Amino acid sequence: MSWTGKQRNILDFTLSSLLRRKGRNAALIVVYAFVVFLLASVVFLAQSIKEEAQAVLREAPEIVVQRLVAGRHDLIPETYIDRIRGIPGVASVKARLWGYYYEPLNGANYTVIADENFPYGKRTVVIGNGVARHLPPLVGKTMPMRSYGGSYLFMRIRETLSSESELVSSDLVLMSVDDFRELFRIPAGVGTDLVLTVSNPREVATVAGKIVEALPDTRPITRAEVLRTYDAVFDWRGGMIVANLIGALMAFVIFAWDKATGLSAEERREIGILKGLGWETSDVILMKFWEGVVVSLSSFFLGVILAYVHVFFASATLFESALKGWSVLYPDFRLKPVITPYLVSVLFFLTVVPYTFATVVPSWRAATTDPDAVMRA
Amino acid sequence: MTLRRGSTAFFLFVTIGLCGLLLLFAHAYWREKADRAAYGEKREIVKALGLTDLCLFTEARYTRHPAAADRFTPFQDHPLSLEHFPSASILLPPPHLSTP
Repeated sequence: MSWTGKQRNILDFTLSSLLRRKGRNAALIVVYAFVVFLLASVVFLAQSIKEEAQAVLREAPEIVVQRLVAGRHDLIPETYIDRIRGIPGVASVKARLWGYYYEPLNGANYTVIADENFPYGKRTVVIGNGVARHLPPLVGKTMPMRSYGGSYLFMRIRETLSSESELVSSDLVLMSVDDFRELFRIPAGVGTDLVLTVSNPREVATVAGKIVEALPDTRPITRAEVLRTYDAVFDWRGGMIVANLIGALMAFVIFAWDKATGLSAEERREIGILKGLGWETSDVILMKFWEGVVVSLSSFFLGVILAYVHVFFASATLFESALKGWSVLYPDFRLKPVITPYLVSVLFFLTVVPYTFATVVPSWRAATTDPDAVMRA
Repeated sequence: MTLRRGSTAFFLFVTIGLCGLLLLFAHAYWREKADRAAYGEKREIVKALGLTDLCLFTEARYTRHPAAADRFTPFQDHPLSLEHFPSASILLPPPHLSTP
């Protein structure tokens, strides 16, 4: 008999043997596929957010300069602009005005930004789609905002930013500089932070160093650091994401190990009979290998495909409560699907390979013992 | 080809699974092309407003703008305050804050 013919015969036998224990094996595949699904969902989500950040934040300011007072951010005087402009290599500097506004009516936090080129004039705002979705009842087209002076500013909503841009704009409220200063009672002559452009991108680190030297109470953040932040923050190989997953993975390893090592009496008897009928030890191991392949491959395909649908079609609904935390505003985003041969192979080696080998070892032990002893045990 | 043999059915299943995986690759490629316009829009907003962060977690300052947060923000709500926002437990600190 040819090699392939033998493999097919053993596979046929393995499948019929698996079908004899339908319920048990179906339960195993469901649990296994769920673990693959969880692992793949986390990997897809983290990788996609990372790539999205890299693609979008490429346009972030080259350097942001913050002022610190006793370890906290503080408003930065506009007089710093001239001192920074004097540093060789700095092409432009301007102050930004932005802050957070807590809306007590719905418990949401907005990011309020004063737009220098705001097109609509005073007492008007442009809002992000997340803000629009969660506007308190009865607000309608005018949004009352309580200023830090205690009075209310009635801001007319002129525009809502597109839903496609929610991942960067969901919680934004844009307004004119004058309205911003009035709302937060920020006097003229100070800003929240400064943004810089540098003539030669290779000089960014040098310029950042010179800023700290000239103004020791400031902290520059470069674009490279912003991009590295998202690279590290959503690195699925580190942090709490993996800590959480290790729990699930370990539970599965114990489950698989227990299932694989503790051959049932029926399985032992089956091995004994097969040996008695003249099967070689290698044939029995081959049969168990195919069993591992069938169970793990089925679970792998199911888990990976369902995880992709979950993350990129259903916006990772299962993780929503974990990601949302205490936030009221949560962007309704559609992530850019990311699937690479590297990710698929990582998932494959993390899930399929260990299980397949875990099934082979105990059956090798059972297969090498005397058939009579195996059947009597 | 007959499906009377279990192995034939299994190989068919594996083929379908592989085709499913290939379809995911094709879908990702197609969506990337289709979403290019939306990328441009997001980049424009980032550039025009000088944004530094994605709007993912709006519950705390340091989770809304992790790139712009400082070392102490998670602990500065009151003396002896411990970091307590749920989303902070799934975010690693930015590398420029964790390296001395």
